[in-house]
Amino acid sequence: MTAMVDLPPVRSRTGLQRQGFIRRLFSEYGQEIIVLSAILVLFVVVTLINPRFISANNLTTIFSGNAYIAVAAIGMAMIIVTGHIDVSVGALIGVLATISGTLAVAGYPIWFAWLAPVVVGMAINAVIGILVAYARIPSIVVTLGALSILRGGLISVTGGTWITDLPPDFLIAQKRLLGFPVPLLVMVALTVLAALWMRYTAFGRSLYAIGGNAEAALATGIPIARRTVAVFAIHGAFAGLATILFATQLQVIQSTVPPNLELTVITAAVIGGVSILGGTGTVIGSTLATILFATIGSALIFVNVSAYWLRAVIGLLILATVLADMLRRRGRG
Amino acid sequence: MALRSLIRHETFLALLLVIVLFVLSQQSDRFFTVGNLLNQGRLMTEVGLIAIAMTFVIATGGIDLSVGSILGLSAILTGVFWQNAGLPLPFAAAGAIAVGTLAGFANGVIITRFRVPPLIATLATLALYRGLAEGISQARSVRGYPEWFYLLGQRDVLGVPTQLWILILAAVVASIILAYTTWGRTVYAVGSNEVASRFSGLAVEKTKLALYTASGFAASVAAVIFVSRVSTTRSDMGSGIELDAITAVVLGGTSIFGGRGTIVGTMIGLCLIQALKNGLSLAGVKGDGTIMLIGAVLILAILASNLFERSGTRT
Repeated sequence: MTAMVDLPPVRSRTGLQRQGFIRRLFSEYGQEIIVLSAILVLFVVVTLINPRFISANNLTTIFSGNAYIAVAAIGMAMIIVTGHIDVSVGALIGVLATISGTLAVAGYPIWFAWLAPVVVGMAINAVIGILVAYARIPSIVVTLGALSILRGGLISVTGGTWITDLPPDFLIAQKRLLGFPVPLLVMVALTVLAALWMRYTAFGRSLYAIGGNAEAALATGIPIARRTVAVFAIHGAFAGLATILFATQLQVIQSTVPPNLELTVITAAVIGGVSILGGTGTVIGSTLATILFATIGSALIFVNVSAYWLRAVIGLLILATVLADMLRRRGRG
Repeated sequence: MALRSLIRHETFLALLLVIVLFVLSQQSDRFFTVGNLLNQGRLMTEVGLIAIAMTFVIATGGIDLSVGSILGLSAILTGVFWQNAGLPLPFAAAGAIAVGTLAGFANGVIITRFRVPPLIATLATLALYRGLAEGISQARSVRGYPEWFYLLGQRDVLGVPTQLWILILAAVVASIILAYTTWGRTVYAVGSNEVASRFSGLAVEKTKLALYTASGFAASVAAVIFVSRVSTTRSDMGSGIELDAITAVVLGGTSIFGGRGTIVGTMIGLCLIQALKNGLSLAGVKGDGTIMLIGAVLILAILASNLFERSGTRT
C-alpha cells in the first residue's frame, strides 16, 4: 500500500486549530455536511411535490428499513480508514442471518440467536484479518475469495430454502422503544459510539494513522498487524449486529441478501467521506450516506419515476457526489 | 529478479492446472473429451475477453468494477437498436459496442481528469450503467435474432467454437502488446511507480484513458458474444462477471497493486477456474460447492505464491 500514499491530496484534520469554528467544521466535516444538505433538500423538495413523503410510515421505511446497511457501513468505514477493503460483507450477512434464524427456530434462547451472528462474524473476519496482516495477502484478494466461499457455502448448506416460523420475540427489528423503531435507535446509538471511539481513543486514532501512512504508524510503535486483525474482527461484529436488524425485519429469512449489498455498503462509506486511500473519514458520514441512498430511492417512487430508472438515478447521484468531492478537495489543495 | 518471480508463479499455476485436469479426468470420463473441453472454451470467452483487458488495468494499479454493467448495457442496446430502432443487426451490434466503448472512455475520463480513485469511479458507474440498462430495457427481453447471428456464439469455425478463436486472437495480440511494445512496458511502469513514470515523461494519463476505454470495448464485445450464445438479452446480464474476471487475473499472478502480471498467467487462471467449475459439476459437486472451492483456490494460490517469493515483492 505504500505506493498509494503519495497520490492525491488527503484531508488533514490537524493544523487547523487557529481557524474559525465554521471554517474548521467545513474542512473537517465537509463531506458529511454536503450529504446532510442533500438529504434535507431532497426532503423539502419531495414533500412539496407529494406531502405523503413525510408520513410516519414512509419515514419508518427510510430510516428503519435501511438501518442494517448503515450499521454494516460503520464497520466498513473502519476497514477503509485503515486502508483496506472488504467485498465479502454482503455474503457474510447472508450466512450470519441463516445461522441466527436457524438457532432461533431450533428453540435456542433468543439472546443466543442474537449473540451468535456477532461472535461468528468476529471469528470469520478475524481469520480474514490474519490472512491480510500476517500472510500479507491484499484485503481485496482475501475478501474476494471469502465472498465466493461464503456465498457458495450458504447456498450449498441451505439449498436456497427460506427459514420460516421465526419466534415473535426474535423479530426485534419490528419492535418499538419509546415510540421509535428499534433499528433506528440502534443505528443512531452505534453511529455515535463508533464516532466517539474513533475520534477520542488511542485505538481509534491509530486506525487513521495506519491508513494514512503505515510506515510512519509502525515507526511510532503502533502494532499494525494486531490492529489490522482487531479492526477486521470489529467489522465482523458490526456485520453481526447488522445481521440481527436484517434478519428480524420480516417473518422469514431468505437464503439470499439484496444483490450487490457489499457494494452498497462500500459506497455508503465512501460517499460519506471515507477516503478509499485510507486515513480519513467518519462513521457519521457513512450513516448519513446510507440515509441519503434510502431517501433517494423513496423519493423517486413518490415523484413517480419508474422503478426501472431507480439505479440509474442513484448511480448518477453517486457519481455527482464523488466528482463534487474531488473538485472540492482539489480546490483546497 | 522480477522476471524470475513471474516465471515462478505461472509455472506453479500451470502445474496446478495439470494436476486439476488430471484429477478431474479421473472423476468423470466425460470431462477430458475434445467436445467437452471445446465447449468449456465457448463458455469462458466472455470472462476471458474482460479478464485480458482487466490484466492491463490491474497492472497499472487500477481496477474496473463496471465491466459487468457495461456488458449488460451493451447487450440491452444490441437488442434495442435492432428491434426498436430497426437497424440491421450488424449495425446494431456495432452501435452497442460503440456505446460500451464510450462508457469505458467515460470511466477513463473520470479517473484521469477528475482524479477519482478507480475503485470508486467504477463503483459509481457500475450502478449507473446497470441502471441505464434496466431503465432502457424496462425488464423486457429481446429474442428472435436471425439464424446467421448465432454463428458467433453457438457454432464452430474449423471445428472450434467461433468465439474461442476471438479469445485466442485477443490473448495473443494482448500478450505481444503487454510484453514487447513500449506501450506495454509503460503499463508496468505506471503500476510500479506512477509518480516516477510521470517524471520520466511517460504518458501516464493517456495510457490509463486508453486502458479503461479498451476495458469498455472488451466488455461490450463480450456482450454481443453473450447475446449470440444465449439467444436473448436481459438487463441483468453479466452482473458479477467483474469478480470472475478479477479472480482470474489475480489468480494468474497479476499484482493487485500493479506493476506485475502477464496475459499468459491470466489465461491459465481462467482455464483453472473453468476446469474446476466444469469438472466438479461433472463429478457431481453442485455449482455452489464449486464457487466455494474457487474462492479457496484464489486465497491458497496467492498464499503459496507469497510464501515462494517472500523477498523482493512490495508489501
